[in-house]
Amino acid sequence: MAFAAFSTATGPATDPVARRRSPVALFLLLPGILYLVLFFLTPLVSLLLTSFQVPREFGDIGQYDYAFRWQNYVDVVTTYWPHIIRSFGYALAATFFALLISYPLAYFIGVKARKWPLVQSLMLVLVISPFFISFLLRTLAWKQLFSDESFLVQGLKTLSLLGPEAHLTGTAASVIFGLTYNFIPFMTLPLYTTLERLDVRYLEAGSDLYASPFQVFRRVTVPLSMPGIVAGTLLTFIPAAGDFINASRDFLGGTGTQMMGNVIEANFLVLQNYPSAAALSIILMGVILVIVSIYVKRSGTEELL
Amino acid sequence: MAVGAFADRGADLELVGLEKRFPGFTAVDNLNLTIPAGSFFALLGPSGCGKTTTLRLVAGLEEPTNGRILIGGEDVTNQKSFQRPVNTVFQSYALFPHMSVLDNVAFGLRRRKIADAVTKAHEALLLVELDHLAHRRPQQLSGGQQQRVALARALVNRPALLLLDEPLGALDLKLRRQMQIELKTIQEDVGLTFLHVTHDQEEAMTMADTIAVMNKGQIEQMGEPQQLYELPRTAFVANFLGQSNLFTGPVVSTTSTAISVDISGQKVVVPMERAHRSSGTVTVGVRPEKLSLHDEAPVHDASRNVMGPGKVVDVSFSGVSTQYLVAVPGVQTLVVFAQNMAHGPAAHVGAEVWVSWNIDHGFGLDDDPESEPRFEADLDTKTIAQQRRSSMATELEEA
Amino acid sequence: MKLSLGKWLLPVYSALALLFLMIPIGYTFVYSFNDSLKSNIVWRGFTLDKWLNVCNVQNGAVCEAFGNSLIIGAVATVAATAMGTMIAIAIVRYRFKFRSQTSLLLFLPMATPEVVLGAGLAAQFLSIGVPKDMLTIILAHTMFCISFVVVTVKARVASLDPALEEAGRDLYGSALQVFARITFPLLLPGIMAAALLSFALSFDDFIITNFNSGPVTTFPKYIWISAARGIPAEANVLASAVFIFALVVVVTVQVSGAAKARRLAKMS
Repeated sequence: MAFAAFSTATGPATDPVARRRSPVALFLLLPGILYLVLFFLTPLVSLLLTSFQVPREFGDIGQYDYAFRWQNYVDVVTTYWPHIIRSFGYALAATFFALLISYPLAYFIGVKARKWPLVQSLMLVLVISPFFISFLLRTLAWKQLFSDESFLVQGLKTLSLLGPEAHLTGTAASVIFGLTYNFIPFMTLPLYTTLERLDVRYLEAGSDLYASPFQVFRRVTVPLSMPGIVAGTLLTFIPAAGDFINASRDFLGGTGTQMMGNVIEANFLVLQNYPSAAALSIILMGVILVIVSIYVKRSGTEELL
Repeated sequence: MAVGAFADRGADLELVGLEKRFPGFTAVDNLNLTIPAGSFFALLGPSGCGKTTTLRLVAGLEEPTNGRILIGGEDVTNQKSFQRPVNTVFQSYALFPHMSVLDNVAFGLRRRKIADAVTKAHEALLLVELDHLAHRRPQQLSGGQQQRVALARALVNRPALLLLDEPLGALDLKLRRQMQIELKTIQEDVGLTFLHVTHDQEEAMTMADTIAVMNKGQIEQMGEPQQLYELPRTAFVANFLGQSNLFTGPVVSTTSTAISVDISGQKVVVPMERAHRSSGTVTVGVRPEKLSLHDEAPVHDASRNVMGPGKVVDVSFSGVSTQYLVAVPGVQTLVVFAQNMAHGPAAHVGAEVWVSWNIDHGFGLDDDPESEPRFEADLDTKTIAQQRRSSMATELEEA
Repeated sequence: MKLSLGKWLLPVYSALALLFLMIPIGYTFVYSFNDSLKSNIVWRGFTLDKWLNVCNVQNGAVCEAFGNSLIIGAVATVAATAMGTMIAIAIVRYRFKFRSQTSLLLFLPMATPEVVLGAGLAAQFLSIGVPKDMLTIILAHTMFCISFVVVTVKARVASLDPALEEAGRDLYGSALQVFARITFPLLLPGIMAAALLSFALSFDDFIITNFNSGPVTTFPKYIWISAARGIPAEANVLASAVFIFALVVVVTVQVSGAAKARRLAKMS
């Protein structure tokens, strides 16, 4: 599936071995599964419980008691609904642009460059190379490139392509730009994996049957690359919705571009308003679980990993 | 390509000076060919001979380096494949896995905006007896069924020219025979022009009106199957279509009707009209099934050639016939096919035998044995293995 | 030979797209040579100083953060790779109950946004009363790396020809010997790839770290903190160094792999 794009193994798939029933399986599974239950499931439960907490009477900031305060959720939605909408909006836009930019690139590497496997590998290395440099520094570089004093902005202003008072940073556009940029590799890799396996003979058959190149693309290539498109979309949309680096004021964001991630972080680490942070997190998680369950319903759990 | 129109009948295909060069080798070398409308034409040859490339050039899936392609008199060389009135039945079938069988068959019709695409698609499926599976996916069909869907998908478009790229390769023997008959019937009924590419000489001879034998990018010989078989022009054709016994030697005398060739002391007579060359050193041959075995020197007969005595070195039973290998000193090992008219072999290993054949069954090749042969019939195992390897490598490269 | 526009459009676009991806990297690299004072925004002049004296600034805070990231990455990688490999082998080779639930449990950490993971863990540590420091960071990183290790190794295990292990058993190897001498060496490339991925994820992680680190600073956290007042060029230096190193390693592996394949093809 999506995440197998990260694997570098490309051996031929052999027939599934008759799987054995053995106590060894338990021994192999236990450490990792236990670890995840302890450090993944339990924290989520913890988060859920925290979201219902009440401030302790006469307690300090950051001290809460367990309760069932549903009101927390109502409060959080009423206060932060613009951020919620904005997060999913930005994520959707970023996903859309990332798809637009990545598809031709993935197509070139996966289909057109098949005759030169070394070129394919090197291009893929370049696609993932941004991962080798810290996410923060990448985003910071764009911020500085778009800042008012940069030569880029100065140049655009001289050419009158930008108004003298215009800013490139701190806008919705710059946040979406940052998100798109950072997630291009996440979109390109699954697309590449699917397109690499595309049998060109289908395209030839389409052309033989009177389909123009555009029609071949629309009716053969796109449907056959759908698994990659879906995987790339999931891999991009989900992290983008929860991102807060791009939108933070220190990077590409401004006061009007705060996303859910920023709010959660602010509430948790600064305001120590744990219930609010938790409630927002649960809402975010909830939406994502809905999307994932739709995917699982259509494709089953075997394909997940 | 006229939108919304069908061809009335098949069109003829003309290849003029067609050439396709890849870096390192020439796949198609100055090919000139005319296929008359409404005929079933086979391009026959071993892997790597350029037949598939020729097919792809006609389909528009490759661009020629030189030359022209004319369909029905119209120059289509610069047209892309979706513009040409040509359809292909691919070797791998290439049925779209994300569409139903019906949608696959209707695909071409819909692209050309032909009315009643669905009805016509159903008709085509009825023709190949698969209408009951119209809503299945290709992956759910057997190999034979997929092949028929691929055929329907191409046929439904009534192309002026239908190209078949070794479409029966993946089928088992019985199914293949069945499909050969069906294809031939459909072609005759509908009157389309079929261009069939194959390496199976039996298939070509069964189905085609005309066969062109290709080797190394060029046509070695072209004609009716029987003509090609009984009167091969080159050693390649003689060995590719069936088997041949070939002998090389100088022409010692000629008459107005025949030539006489000396093969290491044995005399072989070939009718003049069946000999391409009549002086110097020539290669003559005869098919194994035309040879008769004798356990004693046969009585002299002016209408027959005799070779011998020789020793039987191998007897191989294959159901319909038995193959004998007879070593004649100074000549070579002859291959003899004898129909099994009675129980048991006509001769045992080690027996001394004579071989004879009717003079009219012999043929003389056009090859000049003194010049560099284009294709050496090299019986050395190592060389054969090497040649097979290099042809497999070329096959892999082409794929 | 016809050179239509259509043929060149895609390659040119791809080259431009890749160039676009490289821009921030180039910027970071160039500015690592900037003769900056406090903040590294305005170009003042070229100098190799920052490269030569990386750890001098701010009492070596940058290097300390970098070192922390390395240690955390190493420990988390070892732990996650070990546990993840075992799970991958179990999933591919063995039958067990609750298969789909296990798949789901392994999948979810990859699908959960980092803010949620970070906040959840922090809330948990808070309620238990564990102070946030190096240990909590390592625990957190190990958690989200396991899933990625499983995915990577699973692909490798699935592509292993079972006939190889059967041959080993046929030739009198015990279960342990077969694993040690046949299975493990064949899995090694996949395990190494998983370890590499795990290390990269841990090293570059910021969000989860931020929620769970307390006073400890990792390299990304250092950058975040300094972003407000100005990131010293030394951070660029370290980042560029890591980038170059990683790029060289990966490209070398690819090129040598391709050369090996070509040599093998020539021999046969």
